[in-house]
Amino acid sequence: MIRHLFLLLLYQLIGESLARALNLPLPGPVLGMLLLFLTFLAAPQLYDAVRGTVTGLLSHLSLLFVPVGVGVVQYLGLMKQEGIELLIVLVVSTALAIAAGALAFHILLKITGQEERP
Amino acid sequence: MTTLTDIWSYLAQGPLLWLGLTLGIYILSDWVFMKSGRFPLCNPVLLSIIGLGILLVVTGTSYDTYFQGAQFVHFMLGPATVGLAVPLFANAQNIRKTALPMAVALLVGSTVAVTSALLVAEMLGIHGQVLISLAPKSATAPVAIGISERMGGLPTLTAALVLMTGIIGAIIAPQLLNVLGVRDWRARGFAVGVAAHGIGTARAFQAHERAGAFAGIGMGLNALLTSVLAPYVLHLMQ
Repeated sequence: MIRHLFLLLLYQLIGESLARALNLPLPGPVLGMLLLFLTFLAAPQLYDAVRGTVTGLLSHLSLLFVPVGVGVVQYLGLMKQEGIELLIVLVVSTALAIAAGALAFHILLKITGQEERP
Repeated sequence: MTTLTDIWSYLAQGPLLWLGLTLGIYILSDWVFMKSGRFPLCNPVLLSIIGLGILLVVTGTSYDTYFQGAQFVHFMLGPATVGLAVPLFANAQNIRKTALPMAVALLVGSTVAVTSALLVAEMLGIHGQVLISLAPKSATAPVAIGISERMGGLPTLTAALVLMTGIIGAIIAPQLLNVLGVRDWRARGFAVGVAAHGIGTARAFQAHERAGAFAGIGMGLNALLTSVLAPYVLHLMQ
C-alpha cells in the first residue's frame, strides 16, 4: 500500500519536474499518468501489483474535488450578479460539447467497424 | 467546565475539524445519492459543496481556514490522476482500435466546448475578464487555471467555473446520452471526459469501468488541446 502510494507520488514528481523543465502546457500529474502507462507497457507485472490499491483510490475520485469546489463560496457576490447567465452558458455549452463529442465518436465507430454489441 | 463554544474555537484552529467534516459530509452526500436511486441533482460533489458552503457561511469561517484542513484531501488529486494509468492500461487494446474515433471526437468536442461557451456568453452580455475566464472551462482545473492566467482572465474564477462545468456534465450526461441513443461506453465516457474533465470522469467510473478509462483519456487529451485552442478562438472572436 505504502509502496504503491510511493510509486504514484514518484511519477507525479517526475511529471511535475519534466513539465516544468520542458515548459509543457500539460499538468504534471497528467504527464505522470502517461509515463506510468508507458512503464506498464514495458513491465506489466508492475500493473498487476498496483491495480488493487489504485482502483480503490479511483473509486473515491469524486471526493477529491470537494475542497476546490467549496471555493465557489468566494464568488457568492459575482454569482448573485451574473450567476444565472453563467449557469445558462455552462449548461448549454457542456450539453453541446458532450453531445457533439459522443455523436462524433459514435459515427466513427460505425464507419471504422469497431461497434460492439453491449 | 469547557463550553461548546470553547471546544469549537479550539477545533476551528486545526485542520482536523474541516478535514473530518469534508469526509463526513461527502459520505453523507454519497449515501443520499445512492438512496435517491442516483438521482442526478443529488450528485455527491454538488451536495457536499452545498453542505460545506452553508457550514462555512453560517459559522463565519473563511475559505482559507477551511482549506487548511481540506488540503489533505485535495492533495490526493495529483496521485489519483497519475493512477488513471491503471484503467488506461486495462483498456490499452481497445484504445488502439479506436484511435480515429477518439481523435475526431476530441477535435469536435473540444472545439464545441470552447466556441459555444464564448458565443452564448457574448449573447448574454458577459464580457471582459469573466468571458476570458470561461474559455478553458472544459479543461481540467490546473490546466484551465494556467490558460486563464496566460490570456488575462481571473484564475480563481476559472477554477469555480471549471468545477461547475464538471458537476453540470456529471448531472446531465447520462440522460443526454440516452436521449441521443449513444450506448457505447467508450463513446459515452470519452465525450464526458472531454467536456467535463475529472468530475465527469469520476461520474463515468461510477457508471462503468470502461467509460471511466475512456473519460480519463478524453480529459488528458483535452487538457492539451484546450491550451492551444482557447487562446486561438478567443483571438478570432475579438
